[in-house]
Amino acid sequence: MIDIQANLPALIVVIPLLGGVMATFTGRGVLPWAWASLVTGATFALTLRMMATLLQSGAPYISYELGNWPRWWGIEYRVDLLNAFILLVVAGVGFITTLYARESVGDEIPKDRHNVFYAVWILAITGLLGITITGDAFNVYVLLEISSLTVYALIAMGKDRDRRALTASLRYLILGSVGASFILLGIGYLMMVTGTLNMEDMHNQLMRLANLDTNRTVLVAFAFLLVGLSLKMALYPLHMWLPKAYTYAPSAVSALLAATATKVGVYMAFRFLFGIFGVGFSFYAMPSHLILLAMASLGIVFSSLAAIRQHNAKTLLAYSSVGQIGYIVAGFSLANPDGVAGSIVHIFNHAVTKGGMFLALGAIAYRVGGTEIADLRGLARRMPLTCGALALGGLGLIGFPLTAGFVSKWYLVKGAFGADMWGLAVVVLFGSLLALVYVWKLIEAMFFGEPTGRTAEAKEAPLSMLIPIWILVGLSIYFGVDATFTGETATRAAAGLLGGAP
Amino acid sequence: MTGTELPLLAMAVPAIGAILIGVFGRWPNVRELVTVLTSVTLLGVVLQILPLALADDFWSTTWSAEPLVLLEMLPGIPLTLKIEPLGMIYALIASSLWILNSLYSVGYMRGNKEKHQTRFYMCFALAIASVMGIAFSGNVFTLFVFYEVLSVSTYPLVAHKGTPEAVRSARVYLGILVGTSVGLLLPAIIATYFFTGTVDFQPGGVFQAALADESLTAPALGVLFFMYMYGIGKAALMPMHRWLPAAMVAPTPVSALLHAVAVVKAGVFSVVKVIIYIFGTTSLVSAGQGEWLIYVAGATILIASCIALFQDNLKRRLAYSTVSQLSYITIAASLLSPLGYMAAAIHIAAHAFGKITLFFAAGSIYTAAHKTNISQLDGIGRKMPWTMGAFAVGSLSMIGVPPTAGFISKWYLLSGAWETGYTFVIVVVLLSTLLNAGYFLPIVWRAFFRAPPEETHHASMSHADGNFGDPHDHGHGAKDHGHDDHGDHGEAPLPIVFALTCTAAGTIVLFFFPDIALGLAEQIYRGLPLP
Repeated sequence: MIDIQANLPALIVVIPLLGGVMATFTGRGVLPWAWASLVTGATFALTLRMMATLLQSGAPYISYELGNWPRWWGIEYRVDLLNAFILLVVAGVGFITTLYARESVGDEIPKDRHNVFYAVWILAITGLLGITITGDAFNVYVLLEISSLTVYALIAMGKDRDRRALTASLRYLILGSVGASFILLGIGYLMMVTGTLNMEDMHNQLMRLANLDTNRTVLVAFAFLLVGLSLKMALYPLHMWLPKAYTYAPSAVSALLAATATKVGVYMAFRFLFGIFGVGFSFYAMPSHLILLAMASLGIVFSSLAAIRQHNAKTLLAYSSVGQIGYIVAGFSLANPDGVAGSIVHIFNHAVTKGGMFLALGAIAYRVGGTEIADLRGLARRMPLTCGALALGGLGLIGFPLTAGFVSKWYLVKGAFGADMWGLAVVVLFGSLLALVYVWKLIEAMFFGEPTGRTAEAKEAPLSMLIPIWILVGLSIYFGVDATFTGETATRAAAGLLGGAP
Repeated sequence: MTGTELPLLAMAVPAIGAILIGVFGRWPNVRELVTVLTSVTLLGVVLQILPLALADDFWSTTWSAEPLVLLEMLPGIPLTLKIEPLGMIYALIASSLWILNSLYSVGYMRGNKEKHQTRFYMCFALAIASVMGIAFSGNVFTLFVFYEVLSVSTYPLVAHKGTPEAVRSARVYLGILVGTSVGLLLPAIIATYFFTGTVDFQPGGVFQAALADESLTAPALGVLFFMYMYGIGKAALMPMHRWLPAAMVAPTPVSALLHAVAVVKAGVFSVVKVIIYIFGTTSLVSAGQGEWLIYVAGATILIASCIALFQDNLKRRLAYSTVSQLSYITIAASLLSPLGYMAAAIHIAAHAFGKITLFFAAGSIYTAAHKTNISQLDGIGRKMPWTMGAFAVGSLSMIGVPPTAGFISKWYLLSGAWETGYTFVIVVVLLSTLLNAGYFLPIVWRAFFRAPPEETHHASMSHADGNFGDPHDHGHGAKDHGHDDHGDHGEAPLPIVFALTCTAAGTIVLFFFPDIALGLAEQIYRGLPLP
C-alpha cells in the first residue's frame, strides 16, 4: 500500500499524469468527463492536503526526492508556502472548470473526440502542476513542454466552432516554442556555470561566484530566461499570442488558461529571479526591475486601452488579462514585501475572478452562440444569474472594495508607496479606471440593451454551468470581504521569496 | 449593553429589508409595505442610538469603548463601526426622511407607472444600508468601502429608465464618482495608512506624530488634503460636480432622497469627518495647508448659483442649487473653527429638509401635470396649492429666511466666518443669498401670481424641453391624460402631498426646535482636543 502522506508531492503530479493517459481509453459519452472530474478532483484534494500538511508541520518547506535519488543527482520536488498556494489555485480552478466543461465541451467539440480532449486537458493541468511543484530547473523545462504542447492542442480544438482557432494555435505554438527554447538555453547556460540542475544548489553555486555580476555566461542566461519567461507569462509587448488564443479556444479552455497558464509563467519567474538568481542579482545588480516595471506599466495602460476597443467579449477579457499580468509583474518587480505579496495575492484573485468571467462567457456562448458584445445586449433579462456573475467579476477587475481585486490593489499601491514609486501607484489606479470603462461596456450591454436574434430567446444557463461559475465568482467576493487567509499566506510567501530561499 | 452593536443593527435592518423586498417583489402592496415598515424600524433603531451620542460622558464612554469589528478585511485593517455625533446627525436625517420618501415613492412610482419597481425599492434599501455604514464608520477605510457600495447601489437607480439618455447620464454619474474615489481617495487612504499606520478616526487628527518626526512634510500633507477633498467626488466640489446634474435623470424620489440627502450628504459628511478626524485643526493650521479649500468652495457656491439662474428645467436648477449648498458645508468646515464645524453639521440637516421638499414638489408637479420646466409653471400654484406652498417654504430655507432651518445654519456660518476673520466667506454668503433668492423666488411668484396659460395643444412642449422626462414614458402619460395636459389636473396623489407637507413642516420645526441638531453639533465640539 502506498503511503499517501509521505508521497504527497509526487502523487500530485503522478496521479493526473497517469489519469490523463488513461483518459484516452474512456471511450465516448459521459465517461471521459466523469473520469476527468474524478482525476482533477482527486488532485485538488491532494493539493489541499499538501497545504494543510505544510501549515501543520510549521517547516519552511517540504522536500521530496523522486525515486530516493539524492537531490543533486535526481529530481527534487519541493513545496513551500508559495507553491503550495499556486498548486491550490491551479488544481482548484482545474477541478472547477472540469466540472463545468461537460455541457460546454459537449456543445463545442465533436462527440468522438471527447476522450482525446479530456486526456489532453488533464495532461495540461499536470504540466502546470509539475512546473509549480518541482525544485529542479530542467524538470521545469520538461513539464513546461508538456503543458505547452497540450495547450496548443486544446486551443486548436476550438476549430469546430471557428476555424481561426487553428491559426491562433499555430501562432501560440511558434511564439511559445521560441519562449520555451529561450528558457532551455538559459537553463543550459546556468548549468554550464554551476554544474547542477537543482534550484537550491544552483543558487548556492551562483552565490559562490566571485564575479557573478560580470560573468558573461550568467548574464546571457539571465537575459534568455527573462525574455523567455516574459513570453510565457504574456508580458507586454510579448503578449501577441494571447488574445487570439483565448478568443478562439473552446470556452472551458479559455477559462483554464486565463486562470492558470500565465500564472504559472509568473511563478516560474518567481523561482528563477528570486530563487535561483536571488533578489540582489535580479533586482539590484541587474536593471531588470526597471525593465519589468516599464513593460508592466505599458502593459497595464495599453492592453486596457486595447480591451476598450474590442467588440468581442472574450477578446476584451483576453486583453484585460494582459493588463492584469502587468499588475502581477509590477508587484514583484518592486521587490519589497507589500509589492510581492500583492503580486502573489493577485495571482489567486485574478485566477478566480477571470476564470469565473470566462466561464460565464462560455455559458453565454452555449446559450446564445457567440460572445460578440452585440450578442450580450439585454441578456440580463434572459440570463440574470450568468450576467450577474459576469458583472460581479467585472467589479473585481476594476478593483472595487469587497471584491478580491481590491485587496490586490491595496497591496500593490502600498508596495509602490513603500518603494517610492509614486508613478506606479498612478498607473495601477489609472488601470482601474480603464477597467471601469471596458467592464461597463459589458454591463451596459447586458443590463440596458435590447435583445435581438438568438439573445431574445436565450434561456438561463444550465445548473451544471451556473454552479462552477458562481463558485469562482463567489470566491472572488469572499476573498474580497475577508482577505486574511490570502493576504497572510501571500505576505508569508513573499517574505520567503525575499529572504532568498529557493 | 453598551449600545456599540446598535450601528450594526442600523445597517442590517435596511439590508434585510432589501432581501424581503426582493422576496415579496411579486406583490406590490406587500413589497411597499415592507419598504415602509423597514424605514420605520430603521428610524426606531437610530433613535435608540441617539441618547448615547448625546450623553454628557459620550467621549469618555461610548467613544472610548472598543469599536464594533464587522470583519477583518485585510490583515490589520478591519471594517469597524462606531457611534459618532456627526454621523449621528447624518444617520438621523437619512433614516427619518427615508420614511417620508418611501411613502412618496409609492405615490410617484405608481402614478408614473414606472417599470422595474422591485429593483428600484431593493437598490434603494441597499443604498440606505450603505448610508448607515458610512454614517457609523469607525475608520476611513470602512467609510471608503461603504462609500463605494453606495455609488454602485445607486447606479441602477440613476439608470432606472434604461433609455440611452439615462444610461449615458448614469455613466457620467458612476464615472466621476468612482473615478475620483479610486483615483484620489483610495491612494490618499493608503498613503494615510502608510505614513501613520492607522486609518482610525481620532478627534484632532492622525498626522501629528508623522508631522512631528518629519516623515511627512507639510507640502505632502497639503497634497494628501487635496486628494481627499477631490477624491470625495460626492461633495460635488467644482469641477467635479457634473455627476449631480447628470443624476437628475433618475426618478424623482431618487433625486430627492439620494441626490439631495443621502448621496451628496455622504460626500460632505466625509469631507467634514476627514477634516475633523483625519487631518485635525491643529495639523492643518500648523502646516499652513488647506486654505485654498475656502476659495474653491466659495467659487463653487457662486458659480453653481449663477448656472442655476439660467436653468429652465426645474430639477436641473435644483441640482445646481444643491451643488452650491453643498459647498456651504465644505466652506464651513474649511474655516477650521468650532463654529464652522457646528455650521457644517447643522447645515447638513437644514439643507436636507429644505431640498428634499423642493424635489418632492418637482416630482409632484411632474406626476400631476407632467411638467418639467419652470417656464410651464405659470399659475400652477392655484391648482396645486399644497405642493407650491411647500415649495415656497423650501425656497425660503435655501435662502435662509426665518422661520426656516436654513437661517440657523447660515447664522452659525456667518459667526464662524466673523470669528476667523474671513471676509471673503461673508461676502460669498451674502452674494449667494441674493442669488438664491434670484432663482427660487421667481418660481414661487410665477406659480402663484401669474395667470395660467391659454389652452393650447402643446402637449409636446414639455416633451421637447424636458430633458429628464423619458419621451416614451411621457407620451404614455400624455395619452392617459388626453390632451388636457395644461387643463384639469389637481394635486398629486395623496402620499406625495402628505410627504412634501411633512418635510416642509420639518423645515420649520427644525427652526423652532433645533435642540437635537445643536446638541450633536456641540458634542463634536466637545470632543476636539483643546488647542
